[in-house]
Amino acid sequence: MASVTLTGLVKEYPNGVRGVDGVDLQIADGEFFALLGPSGCGKTTLLRTLAGLEAATEGRIDIGDRDVTGFEPGERDVAMVFQDYALFPHMTVTDNIAYPLRIQKVGRDERSARALETAQGLSLAALMERRPAQLSGGQQQRVALARAIACHPQVFLFDEPLSNLDARLRLEARTFLKQLQKSLGVTTVFVTHDQAEALAMADRMAVMDGGRIRQVGTPREVFQRPANTFVANFIGATPMNLLDAQVVGGALDFGGFTLPVPGEGGRASAWPVAEGDKVVYGVRPEYVQCLPAPAEGAARGEVTAVENLGVSVLVTAQAGEQSVRAVVPESDEPALGDTVHLAPSSERVLLYRADGDGELIGR
Amino acid sequence: MAPSTSPAADLAPAPGGAPAPAPGPVATTPRARRDGDVVGLGRARAVAFVAPALVLVGVFLVFPAAWTLYLGLLDYSLTGSGAQAPVFVGLGNYTSALSDPAFAKSLYLTLLFVGGSAVLGQNVLGFSLAWYFRAAQRPVRATLSVLVLLAWILPGSVVAFLWQALLDRRNGTLNALIGTTDMAWALDHPMAVIIVFNIWRGTAFSMLLYTAALSTVPRSHLEVARMAGATRWQQLRDVVLPTVKRHILTNTLLITLWTFNDFSPYLLTGGGPNRESEVLPVYIYKEAIIGGHLGYGSAISLLLLLANLVIAVVYVRLLRTREPEAA
Ligand SMILES: Nc1ncnc2c1ncn2[C@@H]1O[C@H](COP(=O)(O)OP(=O)(O)O)[C@@H](O)[C@H]1O
Ligand SMILES: [Mg+2]
Repeated sequence: MASVTLTGLVKEYPNGVRGVDGVDLQIADGEFFALLGPSGCGKTTLLRTLAGLEAATEGRIDIGDRDVTGFEPGERDVAMVFQDYALFPHMTVTDNIAYPLRIQKVGRDERSARALETAQGLSLAALMERRPAQLSGGQQQRVALARAIACHPQVFLFDEPLSNLDARLRLEARTFLKQLQKSLGVTTVFVTHDQAEALAMADRMAVMDGGRIRQVGTPREVFQRPANTFVANFIGATPMNLLDAQVVGGALDFGGFTLPVPGEGGRASAWPVAEGDKVVYGVRPEYVQCLPAPAEGAARGEVTAVENLGVSVLVTAQAGEQSVRAVVPESDEPALGDTVHLAPSSERVLLYRADGDGELIGR
Repeated sequence: MAPSTSPAADLAPAPGGAPAPAPGPVATTPRARRDGDVVGLGRARAVAFVAPALVLVGVFLVFPAAWTLYLGLLDYSLTGSGAQAPVFVGLGNYTSALSDPAFAKSLYLTLLFVGGSAVLGQNVLGFSLAWYFRAAQRPVRATLSVLVLLAWILPGSVVAFLWQALLDRRNGTLNALIGTTDMAWALDHPMAVIIVFNIWRGTAFSMLLYTAALSTVPRSHLEVARMAGATRWQQLRDVVLPTVKRHILTNTLLITLWTFNDFSPYLLTGGGPNRESEVLPVYIYKEAIIGGHLGYGSAISLLLLLANLVIAVVYVRLLRTREPEAA
């Protein structure tokens, strides 16, 4: 078991694309760490560079107390589970699981014994003589896992291992994978583009965009206090409301309506903002109330869309120049064209800078 | 270190997995049509459509083969009494062929030629070129392909002339290149010359086929091997060769048959000196056309055909038995 430390890591492809563009990251020993980001943000590149399948252009990779930056993949003591599982079709399950052991020149009997032992923990023991073509998707995935586990690596690397499973199986595999990782205690880096997966499974996670890490934290931190507008927009079942506003006369002017600055007293002076600053006002639709009558701290709007989410309803209303979303219980569903009063719960509101990277304004 | 917890749920999609398509009339109708008359032409019209092709095959393939079989039973020759009134000799041609040391030698040379230039030479060289240049830059690969393909697409007579010029005793390019004087390559090493010649000429096909085959090896499979610490050679043995196994068998079958029937050694050495490079097609040509023993030549042609058939059957068997998991 080992920690993983990335320092100033850059991976530039021959065509000039920077798949990873200056990443500093520390992953603790035994941690289940998720890399989350939209497609093309460089998650796979980061994982492959960590595995040694791509050579780092700049920077340094430490696993445990070894600097492995220039090491061959086979020397890094890491195991990877590929998105397509990459099982060898011409080998039985036993031979597939035992393949890394065979390369390490472990004797045939011990290999088979260790393959079987690992397979038993994954309910594969009855399938040892089958070939991959004779297995279901979920079974193939577990064989790929078993192959990674059987050689006792210091770090597991998973590249979207659940994305080839159907939705129900994916939920089960999630729980199972998390338990497995906890019981093995092996440091794990898990790549996914599915935020639900990252939020549900990870001890800590990083959100990536354009080859850079935009936020690192526990799933709770990332969900509750997105560090910038990119993360705020990316995380959440329904995207966060991000409304442009300006500090005018100690309150926030949204162009058409004003709201008090959030927090006790509602004074701009409680925030590191100055008169005239442009900010982005972020609040999740779940934290916006939709009232029939005017109230203090509520903006008046007209309902332009109503979407059913099951037990609740996503309401989109036009307030001044802004389009505001709110999630309301199905019993309170307004009709299209109704006038509603939108009241954000002020302790849930986050303010971001409108310029630069859109970072969170501290409170 | 097996996990102490057993999986919470068996991930195998047991009964609740992928829904099977409902069997019933929907499924049976196309099956019935596939077994019988798919297009709905009716037997008579279907036969009418196929007939022209069958006639062509009959005239140009079946008839000559049968005619060869018939000629092989006569002492038919180009001149003399055998030409006027061929006598039926039964299996006489075959027995005399099998007891002729020249035939035995020719058979041996043919096996040497096929084994050396096709099964080993073209196969190994074609695979190596495909393997080593698979990751090369595009211009490098394109140049290589053009060079190798040139040897393949030039007409045989042109190529033979080029090689005569290359190997010539007095002004040959090869002698000039390696500084030997007065080496008559085609006379001193006739088998080596025709083997090298055939490797040079035929490698392009194997290289192209293997280039296509190697592109089917999934990158992630190679990477699994690399992550496990496999050397280049182990990657080749454990991942690449098993994946392209069928391509190797198919390629070997094709180039074996082509080389078996290849007449171009005649253009280089004429089978000589002293029958030292007289592979079977050359032997047949000399016996039948130059020697005039058409009956004898036909009999041996048939033996060659049988040999080809045996080779083909063996390879097809291998192809079939080697893939047990193809369910
Ligand atoms: N082999 C490659 N050569 C050049 N560019 C690549 C290569 N692989 C990925 N990229 C580019 O690097 C960026 C990151 O890709 P990737 O790491 O695969 O993203 P993700 O896994 O997050 O979807 C993308 O812009 C992609 O186009
Ligand atoms: Mg990816």
